[in-house]
Amino acid sequence: MRMPVAAFLRDVFINPHCVEDYHLQQWDLLIRQARSANVLVRLAEMFKESALFDAIPDKPRMHLESAWIHAQRFKLSLIWEIKCIEKALLPIDEPIIFLKGAAYHLADNHAGKGRLFSDIDILVPEKAIPEVERALIKGGWMTNTFDPYDQRYYREWMHEIPPMRHLKRQTTLDVHHNILPKTCKFCPDSKKLLANIVQTGENNTWVLAPEDRILHSATHLFHEGELEQGFRDLSDLDLLLKEFATHPDFWSTLLLRADELKQRIPLYYALRYTHAILDTPVPQSVLDQSEKYLTGRVRRAFMDFLFLRALMPNHASCNDRWTGFARWLIYIRSHALKMPIRLLIPHLLRKSFRRFSSKDTH
Amino acid sequence: MKLSSLSTHTLKQSLGNHLGIKLKIGGFHICLTSSIDNVTQHLINLYGDFELLHDDDFIDFHVELNAPSLARRLFRPQVSFSFDGHVPFKPLPYDQAAAMFEWGLNWCIANHSNQYLIIHAAVVERNGQAFIFPGTPGSGKSTLCAALVLSGWRLLSDEMTLISTVDGMVHPVPRPISLKNQSIDVIHHFSDQAFIGQVVKDTAKGTVGHLRPPNASIEQSAMPAKPTKLIFPKYKEASETQLLELSKGKSMMRAAEDCFNYNVLGSQGFDVLGNLIDQCDCYTFEYSQLTEAIQLFTQLTD
Repeated sequence: MRMPVAAFLRDVFINPHCVEDYHLQQWDLLIRQARSANVLVRLAEMFKESALFDAIPDKPRMHLESAWIHAQRFKLSLIWEIKCIEKALLPIDEPIIFLKGAAYHLADNHAGKGRLFSDIDILVPEKAIPEVERALIKGGWMTNTFDPYDQRYYREWMHEIPPMRHLKRQTTLDVHHNILPKTCKFCPDSKKLLANIVQTGENNTWVLAPEDRILHSATHLFHEGELEQGFRDLSDLDLLLKEFATHPDFWSTLLLRADELKQRIPLYYALRYTHAILDTPVPQSVLDQSEKYLTGRVRRAFMDFLFLRALMPNHASCNDRWTGFARWLIYIRSHALKMPIRLLIPHLLRKSFRRFSSKDTH
Repeated sequence: MKLSSLSTHTLKQSLGNHLGIKLKIGGFHICLTSSIDNVTQHLINLYGDFELLHDDDFIDFHVELNAPSLARRLFRPQVSFSFDGHVPFKPLPYDQAAAMFEWGLNWCIANHSNQYLIIHAAVVERNGQAFIFPGTPGSGKSTLCAALVLSGWRLLSDEMTLISTVDGMVHPVPRPISLKNQSIDVIHHFSDQAFIGQVVKDTAKGTVGHLRPPNASIEQSAMPAKPTKLIFPKYKEASETQLLELSKGKSMMRAAEDCFNYNVLGSQGFDVLGNLIDQCDCYTFEYSQLTEAIQLFTQLTD
């Protein structure tokens, strides 16, 4: 596929060895792109794995090293935070399912490497939400918002309760009961997600099934409105796909599962853009099959126009004249996907009115 | 080639276009773009002796100082600091642009240099001995640092002491020394060699002015120094000059609090700081008379 814009970062993610003859100016731009895309640590990990790290010129190596040191500290805090959550939720009989970054870490997935993030997400059965919330409050977490409208917005329409913050550590925890808003027409049956979860460790700690982890990552990325971290999230998908593809029947299970969970369109995007941008080895038959999920040649071409720009590193050097427009359209689109227009318009009006009268903290 | 070899016109033009001015500041390579006259003047006043980098050099920090929007250039003008497109702070009033450059650069170094243990401290050197002065704002560390530098000591840094995690040496980043409020007059009176750039009032830190670093310190900025004394200064009006030994344990606890990245470095931070405390004599220091202070420290290094 023809890419509208080029980026050193993309070349290096496809083949780390291409830095071997980089001169300092190329290194300069590579480090800048990686920093903007929040993948400096992942880049460092890639160079370490390919035994390239020690040969990197001093200056760029320092930046990778510095970010890598910071990531070691992050990892310790993450382990501690997960422990605290596990402890607080010990009395709960239902499974506690960690999502995204925390899940990649717990499952020791490649996508967990060098991934820095600020919030931890968990998923629990919807019926367990009240007791989970009570247990968390007992453990020192507190809701972020007391505003009755916000509370109603989350509890009636969303797939999560309002974010909770720990009073002492100031860490944020998102408690979900599904992976998409209830108001979204592609919202899957959460019972199906729960049916396939995988336990990690001895505690009541679980992660989604491998295919579901991919589908969740895909649905999250392709419903997202702000793609500042889009390249990093695409790289997560690339790493997950490569890791799980070694299992026999992986691709057919993935396609089947996308069907069951109503995530065929996000899966189409995930496969198309990981393949196009990061050269992820997706079998041609799977690409062909998934292409049927998004009908209309013009529609597909238009989405290419948007995503081939917006998923590139969020750095001035990776933009063309259409990038800003593409990011803006994706932002608008994300709202329209969240809920039907009859709910969305009043919600946005209300939000903007409150922002105008500066009561809103979001 | 030094920055002072550029004409004001060329300097202004380079700063204003996207290529910027590429400066070597200690071990760091900075590229600055700005079309604000205050910033150009700040560079002319204080950065004349700094080396310019070549176009093909690697740049550590690409920074920009400009108005956040066209509206904010015309109406109640503001300045915004950007690190390669990322804006870490809220904008400030336009006339604080030069100070914002210094603070922004502090932020860049403090947040992206974990190859060093970074102590919030001034550090100067004489006869191969580096003295580290950690201190909270108001402790008089910058004043002390400025006076020592004006008395012939080598400036390594007035704000951030970079201790290499590899060899425990102090790596210099000599930059203009930030003086606040009364210190500006004190230093003016202390030495007629003192050149202080634009003085800006009503900043978050009060009135701020920057002292030009000596050329010799800039020329020797590739040379690390061995830390030998760790001194916690306290300016106290009308006090006697008093240097008191501080136990190693207490020194460690106090210094750890003054570090920017002690907790980021984890056990390595503990080791590096521990080694530093082991190899330094540690003191608290109370003073009101700058000349007495300088005399005392100079004797210690004779």
